[in-house]
Amino acid sequence: MGWYQRRLAKSLWVFHVSGSPCNNCDIEILDLLTPRYDVERFGIKLVGSVRHADVLLVTGVFNKKVAPRIRRIYEQAPKPIFVVAVGTCVSGGCCFKESYNTVPVREEVIPIDMYIPGCPPKPEAMIEAVAKLIGVLNG
Amino acid sequence: MNGWTFFYLLVFPGLLFTAVLGLLVGWIDRKVSARVQYRVGPPLLQNFNDFFKLLGKETLIVKEGVRSMFVLAPLVAFGTTVLIATLIGMPLFEKWLSGFNLPIASGFDGDLIVIMYLLMIFSVMLILGGSATGNVYSSLGAGREIKLLIADELAFILVCLVPIIKSGYTLRLSAIVTAQASAGAFIGSVSGVIAFIIGILCLQAKMALPPFHIAEAETEIVEGPLMEYSGPLLGFWKLNQLMMYVFFPLLLIVLFCGGFNLQGWGILWAVLKYVGIVVVLVLIKNTNPRVRIDTALNFFWKYLTPLGLIAMILAVLGV
Repeated sequence: MGWYQRRLAKSLWVFHVSGSPCNNCDIEILDLLTPRYDVERFGIKLVGSVRHADVLLVTGVFNKKVAPRIRRIYEQAPKPIFVVAVGTCVSGGCCFKESYNTVPVREEVIPIDMYIPGCPPKPEAMIEAVAKLIGVLNG
Repeated sequence: MNGWTFFYLLVFPGLLFTAVLGLLVGWIDRKVSARVQYRVGPPLLQNFNDFFKLLGKETLIVKEGVRSMFVLAPLVAFGTTVLIATLIGMPLFEKWLSGFNLPIASGFDGDLIVIMYLLMIFSVMLILGGSATGNVYSSLGAGREIKLLIADELAFILVCLVPIIKSGYTLRLSAIVTAQASAGAFIGSVSGVIAFIIGILCLQAKMALPPFHIAEAETEIVEGPLMEYSGPLLGFWKLNQLMMYVFFPLLLIVLFCGGFNLQGWGILWAVLKYVGIVVVLVLIKNTNPRVRIDTALNFFWKYLTPLGLIAMILAVLGV
């Protein structure tokens, strides 16, 4: 891939979007960003505003209330943007997949580039997923 | 005004030198912070990657708010930064540059009052850019920036007055450097030490570093004025902040540490001086939590400004 893609791969700024999660994945994401795992080695940084983001970490099963908000957050982000689904809820719907108030196909709300299953996934699994994303960007 | 003026402005003490050095020094900042937190920290060229990545991202312009101001503010701030860096760099590297037989513009070579005004323009651009977005958090951040400017400005002016008095009431930076070459660095005197310490704390506020990053509190008002910026415009703001890591320590070196002597071991000594001040700034940044805006005002007006006055009186008395 091109020169710009390699720059992008070395400097992924993540923004945390919670789409009605049970908070477990969010706690694991915070774990991931602690000094113990030190993702700044890969240039990954947590940013507070979606305008600065390159990666959206989405957690939680999308219910009908929150789906338009997630769509709006996705539209507010500057492109190119990557969406990483953290946890079984976003990846497969978990035990809520037949619930009356959830969105049946989450990919219709926002395009998802990568799935990390697990309830909640370990920080190591998230690092592996991000490393794979970097690998894809590097070609 | 000749071709060399553009060289000074765009290449050596100005744009290119300050930008590259700023991006490199930003790595020192992040690495020292990482080591303080028992981490490994980012690779050497991390800030270059961040900057080039931001240049290629999409620029989102606000729908509500003043669009022209939104776009102009980071660019004008960038121009101001380049100008400050040149004005501080020229007297500092004057002797070294004249060693290469380069023509030095002799008419205007750095005046402290101009530098103070330009620094204020930078803050004003941050305030204008923040309030042009029409975002509540951004305007909150802009308001806090104004209050912080009110807090630190007087203490900073008092700090700048000490070397002016000690060098025989001259405002020219090159004259201040030559005065120190004959009389020893001003940091060696009592008033010089006091003013230098206040200067470090004022720099912390001027560079919006913790504990005085009240305007850009990431966890509280999500980067304040920078919140709505994306892509290249954000990249310019980030570059401005990193360029501050270059010219603010250099300003302190000109005012208190006797400038640079770039010959033989002098080069090592110059690098040590500069990196030392940067590391002190980073350590203060890493060991202090964010203060409230009223605490910051109290701190500057009740403690540092009287202390600065004392330093000024001591300087007049010649201590």
